[in-house]
Amino acid sequence: MSSNKQLKGAAKNVLGFNAILVYIFFYAPIALLVLFSFSDDDLVGRWGGFTLRWYEAFADNEQVQSALTISIRVAVVSTLVSVVLGTMAALALERYRFRGNTFFDALLYLPVIVPDVTMAVMMLLFFAAGRDLLDALFGISFAKGVATVTLSHIAFSISFVSIVVRARISGMSQRLEEAAQDLYATRFQSFRYVTLPLILPGVVGGALLSLTLSLDDVVITQFAAGPGSTTLPVFVFGLIRRGVTPLINAVSVVMLAISVVLVVLSLVAQRARDGSAL
Amino acid sequence: MTALATPEFEKANEKNKRRQGVLLALPAYLYLVLFFAVPLGIVVVYSFATRTSTGATELSGWNLDSYGRLGDEVVRTILFRSLWLAILTTAICFVVAYPFSYFLATRKPLTRNLMLVGVLIPFWSNFLVRNYAWRVLLGNDGPVSQLTEAVGLGETRILFTPVAVVLGLVYGFLPFMILPMYAAIERMDWSLIEASRDLGATGWQTFRNVTFPLSRPGVTAGSILVFIPSLGAFVTPEILGGGRTTLLGSFIVSQFLTARNWPAGAAVSTVLMIVMLIATISYFRSGGRTL
Repeated sequence: MSSNKQLKGAAKNVLGFNAILVYIFFYAPIALLVLFSFSDDDLVGRWGGFTLRWYEAFADNEQVQSALTISIRVAVVSTLVSVVLGTMAALALERYRFRGNTFFDALLYLPVIVPDVTMAVMMLLFFAAGRDLLDALFGISFAKGVATVTLSHIAFSISFVSIVVRARISGMSQRLEEAAQDLYATRFQSFRYVTLPLILPGVVGGALLSLTLSLDDVVITQFAAGPGSTTLPVFVFGLIRRGVTPLINAVSVVMLAISVVLVVLSLVAQRARDGSAL
Repeated sequence: MTALATPEFEKANEKNKRRQGVLLALPAYLYLVLFFAVPLGIVVVYSFATRTSTGATELSGWNLDSYGRLGDEVVRTILFRSLWLAILTTAICFVVAYPFSYFLATRKPLTRNLMLVGVLIPFWSNFLVRNYAWRVLLGNDGPVSQLTEAVGLGETRILFTPVAVVLGLVYGFLPFMILPMYAAIERMDWSLIEASRDLGATGWQTFRNVTFPLSRPGVTAGSILVFIPSLGAFVTPEILGGGRTTLLGSFIVSQFLTARNWPAGAAVSTVLMIVMLIATISYFRSGGRTL
């Protein structure tokens, strides 16, 4: 009996120890990266005293600044569009039954599970074919740029937004909306004053996820981008391939800070919801 | 008798509702057909096309040559290497994540939520930056190397090896394994486990025959969520694997950007997509409902 108890205690300790290791594994690399971004040494991974010069270099670097601007523009526009389309799709699938809804459901899931690289290839071939087609049919010529990057980001963001919003709607009773309509609210009024406030945490969560994904993406963007539409992750990825410099440390920490702000916001927005991941 | 109760009205109402559903779904539907389904079709079509000697793509005269090339020594090596590293990554994530998720699910609500936030932050953090962090740590004379040298193990030289790639993939995708597993363990019916113990089963028997089967949906979902992106990984092998550890993702990209053999790249992409579809469909078939 007592040996059994000891065994149980030991198992518990092992589990607890494992958990501590997991957190160290998660956070030590990030913490060291932040530390080294303040290091006054020309090597990326060595401490040489405190300095802010890499952040000054970040602020002075025009290429980095323009890449950051493009990233934010693409993220905001693609999020606005995918939030509207994704929320509408979520409402349609959760609240209505219509012909073709199983096919639509499957189509909506696909962008979530297709690997980045495949989606990137899809965008490359699609925009190449689209350019040839438009040129042949109407003589219109377009070049890949910020617009094509934004279009490709919307293509994967819609799905993520709709999954988050659907999770919210499916846990929600339909009675309040029915009550509003029984009380002669118009369709718009019942959406504006009843449905929207109820699903808002899901919509905000979806929007923040969409911003995060857009600011994260490297491969799809690289394949959909043309000259003059380099986003910050694509720019940083290019820098890393040419060789690591402490400037990248500083840029990385800024990108990390943006992600952390977005997570915190999404956790606040979804506090009403039970701890689901997406 | 009011008009409200007639079957005609009900029918009209039903029809009206169906139309509203279609209208709501339509914009996203059209968008995804144009910017997702059509591109997907184009990739499949290109995989049957021919590459001309100038590197252009000839669409007429469909053939299976690009799929035949999958059997080439070079491509086969890359295929098996990617498959092996993806399986290894999934296995390591499982071994680390299962006890972690179990521990997490059995904490008090407050502790559990705090610990969950601790997993969600890396889950949401920039993927490129997280890979880059390992590049800094593992670099020549980097912190890891300094540490092992100080302990007397000598320099660590794992950057630009498959070991570094697996490390980066595990680091990147571990939360994808933890979150569904935690969700599955957390909503398990714990009275079944108590019943099993009451009936005299040992701890191991209970785990094998009750706990693990109950948590299996989470295990399956987590494994798929780790395996698929690991198999198609591009950023991690590029940053941590260097030139010698080419994986599927880099191979596909190089077919488009440097080798200019679009049909070959499209064929490998198609195969990757089929593998991912089979994995996902078999998951939903086996009773999983959400990813």
